[in-house]
Amino acid sequence: MNYIPHTDSEKEQMLDAIGVKSVGELFEHILPELRPKSFDLPAGRSEFEVIEYLKSLGRKNSSHLTDFIGGGFYDHYIPSAVDALAGRSEFYTAYTPYQPECSQGWLQAIYEYQTVICELTGLDVSNASLYDGGTALYEAAMMAVRLTGRKKIIVDSGVNLIYRTMLYTYTSNLCVEFVETPVVHGQSCREDIYKHLDDKTAAVIVQNPNFFGAVDDFSDIVRQSHKSGALVIASVYPVSLGMLKTPAEMGVDIATGEGQSMGIPLSFGGPYLGFIAVKKEHMRQLPGRIAGATVDKDGKRGFVLTLQAREQHIRRERATSNICSNEALCALRALIYSSLLGKEGFRQLASMNYQKAEFAKKVLSKIKGVEVKRSSPTFNEFTVCLPINADEAVCRMIDKGFACGFPLGRFYKGLDNYLLVAVTEKRSREEIMRFANSLESVLCA
Amino acid sequence: MRLIFEKSSPGRRGVSLPELDVPFSAVLDEKYCRKEPACLPEVSELDAVRHFSNLSRMNFSVDTNFYPLGSCTMKYNPKFTEAAAAMDEFSSLHPLLPQLLGGGMLAQGALEVLYNTEHLLCEITGMDAFSTQPLAGAHGELTGVMLVSAYHKDKGRKRKYVIVPDSSHGTNPASASIAGYDVVVVPTGKDGFMDMERYKQVLSEDVAAVMLTCPDTLGFFNPGIKEITDLAHKAGALMYYDGANLNAVLGKCRPADMGFDIMHINLHKTFATPHGGGGPGSGPVGVRGELADFLPISRVVRRDDGTFALDYSRRKTIGYIAPFYGNFGVILKAYAYMLALGKDGLIQVSENAVLSANYCLARLKEHYLPAYAKERCMHECVLSASAQLGKGVHALDIAKYLIDKGFHPPTIYFPLIVKEAMMVEPTETESKEMLDTFIEAMIEASKLAGADPDALHSAPVSMPVKRLDETAAARQPDLRWQAKSK
Repeated sequence: MNYIPHTDSEKEQMLDAIGVKSVGELFEHILPELRPKSFDLPAGRSEFEVIEYLKSLGRKNSSHLTDFIGGGFYDHYIPSAVDALAGRSEFYTAYTPYQPECSQGWLQAIYEYQTVICELTGLDVSNASLYDGGTALYEAAMMAVRLTGRKKIIVDSGVNLIYRTMLYTYTSNLCVEFVETPVVHGQSCREDIYKHLDDKTAAVIVQNPNFFGAVDDFSDIVRQSHKSGALVIASVYPVSLGMLKTPAEMGVDIATGEGQSMGIPLSFGGPYLGFIAVKKEHMRQLPGRIAGATVDKDGKRGFVLTLQAREQHIRRERATSNICSNEALCALRALIYSSLLGKEGFRQLASMNYQKAEFAKKVLSKIKGVEVKRSSPTFNEFTVCLPINADEAVCRMIDKGFACGFPLGRFYKGLDNYLLVAVTEKRSREEIMRFANSLESVLCA
Repeated sequence: MRLIFEKSSPGRRGVSLPELDVPFSAVLDEKYCRKEPACLPEVSELDAVRHFSNLSRMNFSVDTNFYPLGSCTMKYNPKFTEAAAAMDEFSSLHPLLPQLLGGGMLAQGALEVLYNTEHLLCEITGMDAFSTQPLAGAHGELTGVMLVSAYHKDKGRKRKYVIVPDSSHGTNPASASIAGYDVVVVPTGKDGFMDMERYKQVLSEDVAAVMLTCPDTLGFFNPGIKEITDLAHKAGALMYYDGANLNAVLGKCRPADMGFDIMHINLHKTFATPHGGGGPGSGPVGVRGELADFLPISRVVRRDDGTFALDYSRRKTIGYIAPFYGNFGVILKAYAYMLALGKDGLIQVSENAVLSANYCLARLKEHYLPAYAKERCMHECVLSASAQLGKGVHALDIAKYLIDKGFHPPTIYFPLIVKEAMMVEPTETESKEMLDTFIEAMIEASKLAGADPDALHSAPVSMPVKRLDETAAARQPDLRWQAKSK
């Protein structure tokens, strides 16, 4: 199947109009020496055969495991209406709304999405989306470098290691200096951050909740950083913002994060949703698309892509970013998800995640040899210390049907016995109990 | 249409959560909590369904309208690939599963999809290795330029410049620049190709790479491409292939055979995954030879026993450019598409895409000036409305008129080097009847430019809004809804 509608006679007519005898003539200027040395591909298959084959591959995945694993990516329930609405092909087969009059649906949706991100973070301006939480953090760091004219960035090591590593990759040729500060008793070490803060510091990067699940109030770090003229960037987990202090309430300048938790399937790592929100004074340094309200020539409200002088298609090598395609469809999912949950539902969702995790903490702490770390409050993810290597425990738990958490030794030296456990609203009391019982039995084994 | 926030009614809910089945036992210290809940819409499920269903109808899309948006390859996206990506066995898979001990074993099917996709892309392009990690075309470019940099650094060379032609996509110079290079722009010569004299002048031992699209953004295939790549290699520079226009040349030529060292592919263009109103895309990056050592980690590898694993132990890697393995859902759709089309199907794609574009060019060249007066093009043709300009009609006016006729307009004002540019990419999936009605509308617009320019100036008149004031939007940015009480 190739989805090409041209019949032989239509092709003849088209070739006639062009004035050539064959399609081959249209490729004549690709000289023989440039022709493919090989093009050894399998023959095409029917849709049915391809689907059956992919199903057989799907069966090789352990998608049946009950997820107690998070690490920045969470198994939340997705209401059916999200799939139904984002699955409307009038949305998903459109592209970037360059022509606003025939793209009002998308532009209004982006404007509404931007409002959701502003409401959740408390900040003034959001863009239309970035690729993921990691690239969003990188874009925020580069914004801070441009805004301050400084090149030193302090990164709390409670920031997801994946994101920190991405930051270092992207800036490896840019003379940006990173200083990592430690996490002490689960939280950002103020003393260390302040020690490194100086008049060369562009930004301090923190995460809430941090990778260990600990929640924090960075207001003090913000005050201190601003005294040095540095900005504060916080990477945040949107579902937690149904409950936790907002970046704006802490005085944070730029908030970023991974929006996967808002109605986007885990899908083995993507497509996801990077979001970024800033104080108004920084909006002209934002990367990517931004939708804005305006009026048509009759004075009627409508929406357009705006502040485009920042972007690559206009500014080329002087653009704020090279981003072109973004994650619009994922942003739409986040918007629909937030609209369905609404003001009260979102608050309740966050509370439910928190309560379930607290319950799990209680249950797990009763297991002999298991220590639930309690040095700082957490949201829906927390750290437990096991009597055995966490990798080993995880392996045994797979046989019991659980992806029981993330073994922290994979990212942090000296934490080989530590497990990071996430509990979302999807985990029932029964699953939590079974999880605890299974863990107890594998630890005894 | 009113915003979803303006339809909000306090106390209304769109979805209910299960009862809390554990004791409400803990209270988080107030200092960590937000003072007020986020002001999200309060609507019923029907409110939301109607709102977003109606919003969806206020868009042109491939499924509803011909969408010849040049450079974006807005071809038909087969439905079965959506079904494939929605399979629970893939969509519910946590990306950290491979991190669990013996881990790759929990995601063998997904890793096989990635591995096979990379190998198909290698054969299609002639490259030796691919990474599916880049999350969009521009992200692939940035990754590619970082590979360039790592390669030269490894060789102990310090090179400062990246060369791009003035016809390039804006992402090329932007990617080079944010990766730390200075950009040198080579003008297009009178023949519509990169000015070779100027190119030779700027090529030096300070040049790290040359970034090209081939066929280029004018829709032309440069028969002298090999000379360009040879010259770059002689100067020790790498050749970067912007795969945005790959839809023109499947099975006709391959970037590696033409002398390119690094490339990206926009899977969402050539391999037919939906563009999602702006994304997600997917921009796998491919390389030749020793450049594979620098590819981002992790790499998907096949063990001797036929199982798949993730390899992180690559000494020369540039590191992490994405959190995981790329936009997996998009990659899966592209993989399904490649399997369905197979070798012959993919060759047919390019032949028919080029046939359709040349048909449009042949029938429109009497009415609009073809860029650089060329008679032939590849998968897209660039026309100029400069003849209509004399009558006060701009490419923009023609675009807006086409909207009233039910067509998404071509890309306008790009490439920047063509005055009043209109870039038409019909793709292979549109029928001759559709092309004919579009061509008729274009011809009509050209006639109206002479007879009744105001009819064009006032377009569109059939959309939910008339022409919008973009200047006012930028001057006084209104970028979010605000509750009235605030």
